[in-house]
Amino acid sequence: MGYPYPPDEKETVVLSQYFGDEGARSYQGWVKRGGYQALEAALAMEPGAVTDVVKASGLRGRGGAGFPTGLKWSFMPKDSGKDHYLVCNADESEPGTFKDREIMRWTPHGLIEGCAIAAYAIGAECCYVYIRGEFTEPLAIMAKAVAEAYANGVLGEKLLGTGPRLEMIIHRGAGAYICGEETGLMNSLEGRRGNPRIKPPFPAQAGVFGLPTTVNNVETLAAVPHIINRGADWYQGICLGNEKSTGTKLYSVCGHVQKPGNYELAMGTPLEELIFDMAGGMPPGRTLKAVIPGGSSVPIMDAEDVKGCLLDYEGVVERGSMLGSGGVIVMDDSTDMVYQIYRLTRFYAHESCAQCTQCREGTAWTVKILERILGGHGKESDLDLLLDLADNMTGTTICVLSDSCAAPVVSGIAKFRSEFDAYLSGARPPALAAH
Amino acid sequence: MSDALVTVTIDGIEVQVPRGTPLIEAAKQAGILVPHYCYHPSLPAPAVCRMCLVEVEKAPKLLPACVTTVTDGQVVHVNSDAALKARESVLEFLLINHPLDCPICDQAGECELQDYVFQEGRAATRYADYAKRFNPVEDFGPDVLYIPNRCILCTRCVRFMEAVAEDPVLNVSERGDRSYIGIFPDAVLDHEWAGNVVDLCPVGSLVSKDFLHKARAWDLDRTASICPGCSQGCNMTIDTRDNVVVRLRPRPNMDVNRHFMCDTGRQDYRWMNRGDRIEAPLIRAGDKLQAVDWASALDRLADTLRGADGKAVILASARASTESLGMTHRLLDGFELTAAVRVPTGHEAPLASIPNLALREERTPNVAGAELTGYTRAWDEALDQAVSAQVVVVLDEELAPDEFDRVRTAGTVVVLGTVDHPAYQAADIVLPIATMAEEHGSYVNRDGRAQVYRQAKASPGMARPAWWVAAEAAGRLAEGRAVPATAGDAIVMLGQSIPALAGLTYQSMGFTGRPVASAAASGVES
Repeated sequence: MGYPYPPDEKETVVLSQYFGDEGARSYQGWVKRGGYQALEAALAMEPGAVTDVVKASGLRGRGGAGFPTGLKWSFMPKDSGKDHYLVCNADESEPGTFKDREIMRWTPHGLIEGCAIAAYAIGAECCYVYIRGEFTEPLAIMAKAVAEAYANGVLGEKLLGTGPRLEMIIHRGAGAYICGEETGLMNSLEGRRGNPRIKPPFPAQAGVFGLPTTVNNVETLAAVPHIINRGADWYQGICLGNEKSTGTKLYSVCGHVQKPGNYELAMGTPLEELIFDMAGGMPPGRTLKAVIPGGSSVPIMDAEDVKGCLLDYEGVVERGSMLGSGGVIVMDDSTDMVYQIYRLTRFYAHESCAQCTQCREGTAWTVKILERILGGHGKESDLDLLLDLADNMTGTTICVLSDSCAAPVVSGIAKFRSEFDAYLSGARPPALAAH
Repeated sequence: MSDALVTVTIDGIEVQVPRGTPLIEAAKQAGILVPHYCYHPSLPAPAVCRMCLVEVEKAPKLLPACVTTVTDGQVVHVNSDAALKARESVLEFLLINHPLDCPICDQAGECELQDYVFQEGRAATRYADYAKRFNPVEDFGPDVLYIPNRCILCTRCVRFMEAVAEDPVLNVSERGDRSYIGIFPDAVLDHEWAGNVVDLCPVGSLVSKDFLHKARAWDLDRTASICPGCSQGCNMTIDTRDNVVVRLRPRPNMDVNRHFMCDTGRQDYRWMNRGDRIEAPLIRAGDKLQAVDWASALDRLADTLRGADGKAVILASARASTESLGMTHRLLDGFELTAAVRVPTGHEAPLASIPNLALREERTPNVAGAELTGYTRAWDEALDQAVSAQVVVVLDEELAPDEFDRVRTAGTVVVLGTVDHPAYQAADIVLPIATMAEEHGSYVNRDGRAQVYRQAKASPGMARPAWWVAAEAAGRLAEGRAVPATAGDAIVMLGQSIPALAGLTYQSMGFTGRPVASAAASGVES
């Protein structure tokens, strides 16, 4: 629900049911609300059967990539004789995204339960919850909940007193964006510099400490108990658009809307309904100019792209962008798109881990060119240069950070070229002091 | 065997390589060098420079050749338009923050950035209006300076210290384009093999203080040699300029030293440039030594030996070549002969992750070669014998004054030496010989591998290789005895009488050496 607002009637409230309900935070409160029943049910099943249920539900990774969760679990080796790890990615560093934060703030036990079920399914005896360093409040709440879960016999030597062993360790990140990338996260967890790793090997073969590992996003894991409780068919039935996208998704709506917040929608809900109905639309007198639908890394949509766009993995791709993390950044007609694109690229230039040449040098160079344009010293050739750099930065590096930096530049120039031209021709006064 | 081999086609050339080979190595076998910076065959591959991106048919995007392993039937294009554009863009990105200070950079002329930009980079920059990144020069350790402005962040140095030396003092500091190679607080890059980071650096970012501004790379003559610093026998290159040795660098040999060499060996070259050399043969005339031509000196030596019998002693250095040691031994084989080498020792300093590679305790290169040619390490005993010997030959070894005082009581003292020494005034014959930098020769290392070193510079004055001196004298002693014309002839000739050296030729030793027949076999057969 659109906490702090009451749920909109168009929302499908599953994960966000207890957002704002402080009583749901404690172990007792969670149990009173039906908590840990799913874990009990899962422990009565074979691990493979749990994976099958998740596979059948159609649940896909909610961190951004949208990879089928059950399939990912099934990649974990069987009878390898090695320790398996589950890593809950709670780094949520994608600009414009704040859904995992709310899940951890309000329903920490829901996440612990989801982790426990996933760990059981993949045969992991250890689960790391990697929480973004800036998340001080969610960290404190999660730490308390994990302690409660140990004290009440949920975690520890035997899951719920009957199952296999599960240790849960909260690891606090140090505030690097790239540590939200799963292989960068694993390096960080091991105490190394958070540089993404080359794949292959994939985490399921060699992940944390070189051992088979599954990395799942907070929202993905939080959805698992609901799927176990209510069944794969129920989850699969929550689908208004493409049948490959099922269930509910949290959208963090921010920017120029009257009611920013987290909204939980069935897959396939129109983007316009989210922006104009639930989030209250633009401030009075303003019109929609652009939307970044999936966190800062995805291409920018203009008002035309938004019309008729369905919010599911396929629907957004059809409109030239991606569902990503569900961080919906809304921009009205007062927005200076050149400046916003510059702001985004500055973020990526700051956060580049510096491994790959194209990313280390390309992100920073992109920023400099945009600075020059905004400073009123741009050249006619700068846009072609930006596009060529973007081309060189796409698909050539270990991870997709440089692709993410290039995406808003390419889509921004394609859709808002006149704003760039206004700076280049001097029709618009400089927005930045010259560099 | 064919199961283990896969066939790949690289730029139209078909090669068969073992399964699991990285594409970049398979390409080498096809005669194609894929441009690269971070990859190095003796380091773990991180695939970060993105320079070696190649087009692999059926792959959705370009793949880094350093970490992509071959699969059967793969078709690879190293020089397709897409691959060339990718490399051109990497070069452009690397250059935007790289100073164009090649005219004052030590690496110029042997710089991989220079080479590849020249080969396939853009003709002009598109980054003209900005200042380049600046960071001050850092003093990393005893011989290594870090010039961050030239750094391309390939991380070879970091990986060498972490994975090979296992002394992880270097790191990548900061993020994004602010990054540089850092050294941990209070850490010093003083590992005994740390100098290798200078060789590994593909650009002029890590430089040797010893070599700083000494010579331009294109002015250097490079000669394949063997490090004379210890019994490991690391393969090296002697770089000379105008007949002066200015630098020693490791030369790859996968069986001995891979791509590395220790700092002790690397820095021990100044003796090769000494000016106080014996430049003419000297023979005793009354109470002083007189310079003569070689014919007179060799005649005198032959006459002296012809007139003597009984005990003879050779006091040699284990830095002398197998040829010189063998030929000198042969010269005296009619005597009741004692031959010994002196082996100075020091501490052992291994390179952690490479098996069987260390700076060895035995600090001479040819102990095994000396033993094969009939020498022992019983130096003190040999010295005792020398006191009452008819003939004592000192071969390439500088005796201490008290040692020389004892030896001069012998019948005739013959010195084959390089550097002039006041004590030689008491010798009967002093013959100038070449150092190992001035001759062809071979050493046998501690693992029984015979390896050739080549002449890197001219010897001063009339100095000649010791094997030549000994062989010429022997030829005068025995009519009709064959005299080797070259060092290569000398080793073949020795192989005819020493089973362990049988069959050894310079050709068979090549550039990487060859195990001798049996390292255990020793002693000269008469």
